[in-house]
Amino acid sequence: MTVDVHSPESTADHGHHTSLGISNTKLAMWCFIGSECLFFGALISAYLIYINERADGPGAELFDIEFTSASTFILLMSSLSMVLALAGIQAGDMRRFRIWIVATGLMGSVFLAGQIYEFTVFLSEGANVTVSPFWSAFFLLTGFHGVHVAFGILMLIAAWASSLTGRLRMENAETIENLGLYWHFVDVVWILLFTLVYLIPALGGGGS
Amino acid sequence: MTTLAERPSASRSRSPFRRPLAETGLGSWFTTVDHKRIGILYFVSAMVFFVIGGVEALLIRLQLATPDGQVLTIDQYNQIFTMHGLTMVFFAVMPLGSAFFNYLLPLMIGARDVAFPRLNAFSYWVFLAAGLFIYSSVLLGGMPDGGWFGYAPLSLVGGDPLGYTIGDATTTQTIAGNTVAEGQRMVFYSLGLQIAGIASLASAVNFIVTILNMRAPGMTLMRMPVFVWMILIVSFLMLFAMPVIGVALWELMMDTSFGANFFDPAQGGDPVLWQHMFWLFGHPEVYILILPAFGIVSEILPVFSRKPLFGYTAIVFSGIAIGFIGWGVWAHHMFAVGLGPVANSAFGLSTMFIAVPTGIKIFNWIGTMWDGRLRLTTPMLFSIGLVAMFTIGGLSGVTHAVVPHNWQQTDTYYVVAHFHYVLFGGAIFGLMAGAYYWYPKATGRLMNERLGKAHFWIQLVGFNLTFAPHHILGLNGMPRRVATYEDGYGWNFWNLVSTVGAFVIALGVLVFIINLVISYKRGAEAGPDPWDARTVEWLTTSPPPPHNWDQVPNIRARDELWQRKYPTQGQREQVRVPAGGSGELEGDVAPGTTAPTEGTTGATQSPYTISDPGYDKGVRHDVHMPSPSYYPLIAAFGLPIAAYGVIFDQPAGFVFYAVGALLVLGGLFGWVLEPPTDPSAEVAHQ
Amino acid sequence: MRAHRRMSAWATVVLLLLLGGCGIGDTGGDLALNALDPAPGSPAVELDRLWDLVFPIAVGVFVLVQTLILVAVFRFRRRKDDDDRQLPKQVAGNTRLEVLWTIIPAVVLVFVAIPTVQTIFSQNEVDDDAMNVRVIAKQYWFEFEYMDEAQGGVVTATQLHIPTGREVQLHMQSVAVNQASSYDPAAFPDGPTGEVAQGVIHNFWVPRLAGKTYIVPGHTRTMKLSTTEAGLYLGQCAEFCGLGHPNMEFSVLAEDPATFDEWIAAQADPAEVVDEGLAAEGQQLFNDLTCVQCHAIEGYPAQGLPDGEVVPLDEQARIGPNLTHFNTRDKFAGNILETESDDDLRRWLENPQREKPGAQMPNLNLRPDQIDALVAYMRTLD
Repeated sequence: MTVDVHSPESTADHGHHTSLGISNTKLAMWCFIGSECLFFGALISAYLIYINERADGPGAELFDIEFTSASTFILLMSSLSMVLALAGIQAGDMRRFRIWIVATGLMGSVFLAGQIYEFTVFLSEGANVTVSPFWSAFFLLTGFHGVHVAFGILMLIAAWASSLTGRLRMENAETIENLGLYWHFVDVVWILLFTLVYLIPALGGGGS
Repeated sequence: MTTLAERPSASRSRSPFRRPLAETGLGSWFTTVDHKRIGILYFVSAMVFFVIGGVEALLIRLQLATPDGQVLTIDQYNQIFTMHGLTMVFFAVMPLGSAFFNYLLPLMIGARDVAFPRLNAFSYWVFLAAGLFIYSSVLLGGMPDGGWFGYAPLSLVGGDPLGYTIGDATTTQTIAGNTVAEGQRMVFYSLGLQIAGIASLASAVNFIVTILNMRAPGMTLMRMPVFVWMILIVSFLMLFAMPVIGVALWELMMDTSFGANFFDPAQGGDPVLWQHMFWLFGHPEVYILILPAFGIVSEILPVFSRKPLFGYTAIVFSGIAIGFIGWGVWAHHMFAVGLGPVANSAFGLSTMFIAVPTGIKIFNWIGTMWDGRLRLTTPMLFSIGLVAMFTIGGLSGVTHAVVPHNWQQTDTYYVVAHFHYVLFGGAIFGLMAGAYYWYPKATGRLMNERLGKAHFWIQLVGFNLTFAPHHILGLNGMPRRVATYEDGYGWNFWNLVSTVGAFVIALGVLVFIINLVISYKRGAEAGPDPWDARTVEWLTTSPPPPHNWDQVPNIRARDELWQRKYPTQGQREQVRVPAGGSGELEGDVAPGTTAPTEGTTGATQSPYTISDPGYDKGVRHDVHMPSPSYYPLIAAFGLPIAAYGVIFDQPAGFVFYAVGALLVLGGLFGWVLEPPTDPSAEVAHQ
Repeated sequence: MRAHRRMSAWATVVLLLLLGGCGIGDTGGDLALNALDPAPGSPAVELDRLWDLVFPIAVGVFVLVQTLILVAVFRFRRRKDDDDRQLPKQVAGNTRLEVLWTIIPAVVLVFVAIPTVQTIFSQNEVDDDAMNVRVIAKQYWFEFEYMDEAQGGVVTATQLHIPTGREVQLHMQSVAVNQASSYDPAAFPDGPTGEVAQGVIHNFWVPRLAGKTYIVPGHTRTMKLSTTEAGLYLGQCAEFCGLGHPNMEFSVLAEDPATFDEWIAAQADPAEVVDEGLAAEGQQLFNDLTCVQCHAIEGYPAQGLPDGEVVPLDEQARIGPNLTHFNTRDKFAGNILETESDDDLRRWLENPQREKPGAQMPNLNLRPDQIDALVAYMRTLD
């Protein structure tokens, strides 16, 4: 018996030989997501603490709930297509995989474009990080989420590209599963952000 | 047999570099992914930082030796006490812990390496890059001067907001043709610690996965050495604490460098939020620093008492309890901030009761020694020293928890005394015990016992001379972080004593370093198991081969190695398997070994790895270790370069951003495309 | 031999701790800042009572643990003639002991916890007739403003006078160095969203009277002081606040109520206008050298001219300390220089940054004759 050198990074046995029975990379991804929970938790806390600290600057009235709802819906749909992409590669249907992984990346890009557009609107209305703690916390929180989406899109592109070169094959389905975990996590965080950041202040939860 | 045939051609490396393959030579240290060599890198780097932090401590003590000290200006003093704290916490004690984690974790759980060897190398280089980045501030307008705790708004406005003495944030100076804003000292702090945090986070993920997933057959969680348990707890603490401080540091940097308002009260920001976030990280950080030492001591005491660890389960679960309660005590750093009586009561109570699991550990350690046969070697002396000295720190900690009297103690030298008893009397004593204990495993040679004992006694005396007077000074009203004090408050004598003590400690550390260096060439040959130890890292040769084991050991008991050597468990007349004899299992111990005694050398080749059929059947691998790589180094050093982008004004700042980002992304890209093991590398063994 | 050294090292520690606990381990001063020596009738008395409870417990545990360690080391150490093949009894634990040393410390802690929580709450109670004083912390000195009508808004710096036998409630705020604190209390709303400019965190501590309280910019923090014993109580900023932190001291002078009332009445008087001599030159220079842009002197004539109109106090600057009754304070510049000493005053005026680095008063590069005149004028400020 030989050590499987395909196992990404791992010097140990292949996934099914690990002590817990799940692969190292998947366990690492779960750890990373656990850490990310506290990362976003801290950012969200700062935002909630400063939700009323507008310092006479603009507030939640700048939010366009319809627009953000639409981009939220698109991001949610990208989670669905991520699931389909994973199903594709698990079934060994690389064409189906590529279609859905591209779809996921495109929807993520649309969401990101929407966020960039939204930021430019806010900036033109006089809201930026220097205006008040509210906007400092808003931009840092949503900005970091945007960076996570962007990083996810890069990984989706990389997955798509390596499936074209034959580097990524059916045996590597777990890589896509891990990528999916990350993508779903980022989506779930957005649902939380959409509720806390956009809906609550817009519904008057924050006052002004 | 060979693995090469199975490799698809598509996974061949597209690296622009020739893959580094050298396993020896100076250059190989930059590309190594071997956990043992990374552990040594951590140890050496951390010792360098430890010495730097120690020199800073000596400067502090020289300045305070007499009233109205003139050794340093106030500005220099503020930089030096800040850097002393940062250096010792983030660049000495934490990486010393990492050094032991790295070297020993795979050996103790019977693995060949950590789960992600290149990520491990990345962690090390990021840590080093962060340290160099923070210290580069000395050339760029001064080192951080707002305390390691970086309380806003002082960390926003700088120590001298009007700029009559050291300049303020609005002026700029020209360095090497580029402008760097002065008053950027705390930007080095926020960026440097963020970079260091990335290293800790990567390590935490790596260690957790390694411990949970890469244990040898039979190594159940409750058979793991306590040290491994402590690594697991510390890793979880790092995993959850680092993102909190990361966010806080980002917010601080947004305030200082990009005009945000997180902690600026003029715009409605709240400085207390910084304190909450800092200590929500900061208190678990204390346990990140001390638990590794607890683990080390829990390994050493049983070996030199020649008894199993007393209350293994209690020690493990009290460690877990400390890890949990450690998240609910952070505001005890803030009793005087004015959080109100309810919050103060709650945090006072949680702080008091965290003493219970800590006490459990102390009593169990004493229980381990009780009725044993104590061999008072250097590692044992340091371990006993930890138990004794940490107790003092723990007790002063209980007095801190008495909130109303904490209002007298906080921000005084009483607190300085407390945390030095915890972090020096605890963490440093434990780490030094570990250094003496595992040095023979890493180098194949024992450290000099005579020098070691001299080191212990010098350090024990010096440590108490330095820090015991701080109790008195604090209660007599001497505040912390003062660059000078006036004559006439009754502080002169004890300050002088403390300064003398600091130099005694320095002498002890000098003896330690001399011992480390000379024993490397001249120490007595250790053999695989010089201490008659209990855990499996002593099963393999000293130093271990790159792949650690020819055969991964099967684990059948908590003290696996001990059980192999002394198979008739639980009997009073339990006797070591005699030389050439046979134990419960045929071939368990190779012929020709004798019972090691204190300081003696054993055989140079391990008796246990040669033939171990009774345990190891079925677990045989042809070993193929991961190849060295440039990419962790490249990606790591991209981080500080990008960070200079925040420090320098445009357009130089933009160049730094671009180059740094290019290195990080390029490094990661190359990393992903590069196979963990180079196809051209030879199979390491068999 | 080794054992002896170990024992003596530990004996030293015990001794040092005991000395610290009794507060007699001093040499070279009169322990004016001793936290273990509370003034009678002060809030610090209650704090000290808790110390007297917890310290003996800590010493008891300390002695117990160190004794156990020493006994273990001596009784169970390996002796030269021991047979190494003979192992001690392999005991892996004892559940009864584990339960014992979990429960006993917890019970002991309960006995510490109850009075702790009681004191936390009792320290929060303030007498109804407490006198209110606003404390404004700046980098790096304290300003005191008497808020109650009876004290008529007296403003002083560095030395706080309090009457004995009456509780004083402090309302503490921090402002930026170059920000004038205002005479208008409305400009200091309680809570984090006020107009208060950015100061840094300070920590108000008079060890013999009370514990510490942070002064956090953007918040108003309160604490109480009181004592029944007249005397001078030294205090200092305990939180690192920048370059001037080591020199940010102050004092509390507790006087019997009659003396205190006299002092308050005198503080309400304006300064006299000087019309001739060196002091008059100094009065003029006080205007011409821009001192007036930071310092207030009640009764100071417009343009510094003896025949000028008097500038009302609330139109004067309040960036530096109010100097109207400068000579009535025993020390100045963060309580580090003697007011009585002409030498100290001259050195300060020559270069404040040398005496107290980071101070907000710049080096004005005064000529010796200007300093002579200013000193002469300041000596009139009784």
